Amino acid sequence: MPSSIPVSATRRRARRLLATPGVLAGAVLIAAILLVAAMAPWIVRRDPLEQDLAEFVQPPSAARWFGTDELGRDVWSRVLTAARADITLVALGIAVAAALALPLGLVAGYARGALDRAVTALSDAVLTFPSLVLAVVLVSLFGAGLGGVVAAVGLTTAPALFRLIRGLVLQTAALDFVDAARALGAGHAAILARHVVPAILGRVIVYTTLLGSHALLTVTALGFLGLGIQPPAPEWGNMLANARTYLGSAPWLTVFPALAIVAFVLGLNLVGEALRDLLDPKLLWRP
Amino acid sequence: MLPQAWLTVSLLFLLFRLVPGDPAALIAGPGGTQAQIDRLRAELGLDAPLWAQYLGFLRDLARGDLGPSLSFGRPVAAVVASRVGPTLALMAASIGLTVVVAVPAGILAAVRPLGPASQGVMAATILLLSVPNFLVGLLLMDLFVVRLGWLPAAGTGGLVFLIMPTLAVAARLVALVSRTTRASVVEILGEDYMRTARAKGLGAAARLLRHALRPALVPIVTMIGLQAGYLLGGSVVIETLFAYQGLGQAMINAVSMRDYFLVQGIALAYVVGFLLLNLAVDLSYALVDPRIRYT
Repeated sequence: MPSSIPVSATRRRARRLLATPGVLAGAVLIAAILLVAAMAPWIVRRDPLEQDLAEFVQPPSAARWFGTDELGRDVWSRVLTAARADITLVALGIAVAAALALPLGLVAGYARGALDRAVTALSDAVLTFPSLVLAVVLVSLFGAGLGGVVAAVGLTTAPALFRLIRGLVLQTAALDFVDAARALGAGHAAILARHVVPAILGRVIVYTTLLGSHALLTVTALGFLGLGIQPPAPEWGNMLANARTYLGSAPWLTVFPALAIVAFVLGLNLVGEALRDLLDPKLLWRP
Repeated sequence: MLPQAWLTVSLLFLLFRLVPGDPAALIAGPGGTQAQIDRLRAELGLDAPLWAQYLGFLRDLARGDLGPSLSFGRPVAAVVASRVGPTLALMAASIGLTVVVAVPAGILAAVRPLGPASQGVMAATILLLSVPNFLVGLLLMDLFVVRLGWLPAAGTGGLVFLIMPTLAVAARLVALVSRTTRASVVEILGEDYMRTARAKGLGAAARLLRHALRPALVPIVTMIGLQAGYLLGGSVVIETLFAYQGLGQAMINAVSMRDYFLVQGIALAYVVGFLLLNLAVDLSYALVDPRIRYT
């Protein structure tokens, strides 16, 4: 168990793993995108919805860094504003998944028995839907737009998170310090809240963040299918769907939203790989 | 597998009934009057109590009746039957392409795990894993249709129409399977029996193919099974992008036409596909590893 390893060895290992060029590059990518998204209203050069029919389909230039689209809208402003929309959708979707998976995972992993079997069976039933198929079904029921996308991301992400949390709780609840707490007379709620949750929270947060790349792919795929954030509001997926018509004549309409998606997912993948190694208890024993 | 299928089917039923409003309101759309909604509700049997609807749903399902498709004017089962072929072809081609490309790439990368070929494969795969499938599709379209003019942009029919959708759906699987193959072959190359094979004078090709590849197939098959959901889900986006007349494209059309029975029927077809693909993976373990027997 990680807790029995001298702290300094774990720290040294962590420092080594996290200092590789790939992880640094990934962290820089994510930080840059988050920063740009946060500051979008102050660094966009024009209103992302403002049309300028005198300047439609202009290639990138000093005045229009990313060019303009078929309605003369500024692509730089649209990509940045879309970053806010996409990151917000991902964050809300993951928050919904966590709100479902955390209580259910804690209770199922701790109580075990019939309750655990029932929740696990339900989670497995959700997992038999290809995740994008379930997302499309949910959007068709909740309606395209914010609510549908958040529901789709939340419900398709929740089973994986539930499995993870349940597994961690099962492991942790069998450890000596939990027995000790029980022997001292702590109730179930207190054991969960004061002993189990703090022990697993770090790993849960890391894995939840890593699900971000999967969530972004769902959000942008729904946008691309016309089931996400509706135009004219910019979102990377719906921008790409729109760019399809101008693939040969105006490639910049495809290139910039595409680069934004790839940079974000690549950043999460690069960091995620190292974090996963770091959290793998089998790998912790390696010299 | 059967209890699993029953649970999933029930979940699907509940999803479509617990939705705010009900299917009748959804079908009538925002412009529907109360009278229209009431008539639809009576026509579709939605005025019955939930348990009666559920029993009716299961009974119809057992008969192969998935309800009427309002946009096609035909039974949903007939629409699904006519669309399942192209999607199956796409899935089979994607898995086939993955095996043909990814397994050799993974072996190549495993022979010298720190060599340039290996690093090239690893870098290419992490990049591939970061590109969503619809973007791969757009880039293929740009290359093969716009720039080279070699392929038709969209449609269904001959093998030409299968090329770009297959590449787009398989890209991520190729990356994952290459990495899995590399990791498991690297591990196997360190085993004692590989040294024995070399000591008895077997050539490199024979050692790799006969002694290393066979045990490496188990994790490869597992990876394909784990990605079954991604493969099937990928068909929804990619078929829509290339106007490829399969289940996924019909599903997106059905959503925009508010053809709820069709959405439900196609979702069901995808679930069945997912369960069958996983069954095939489980059965193929026995082929790949003779120690595994199903009795």
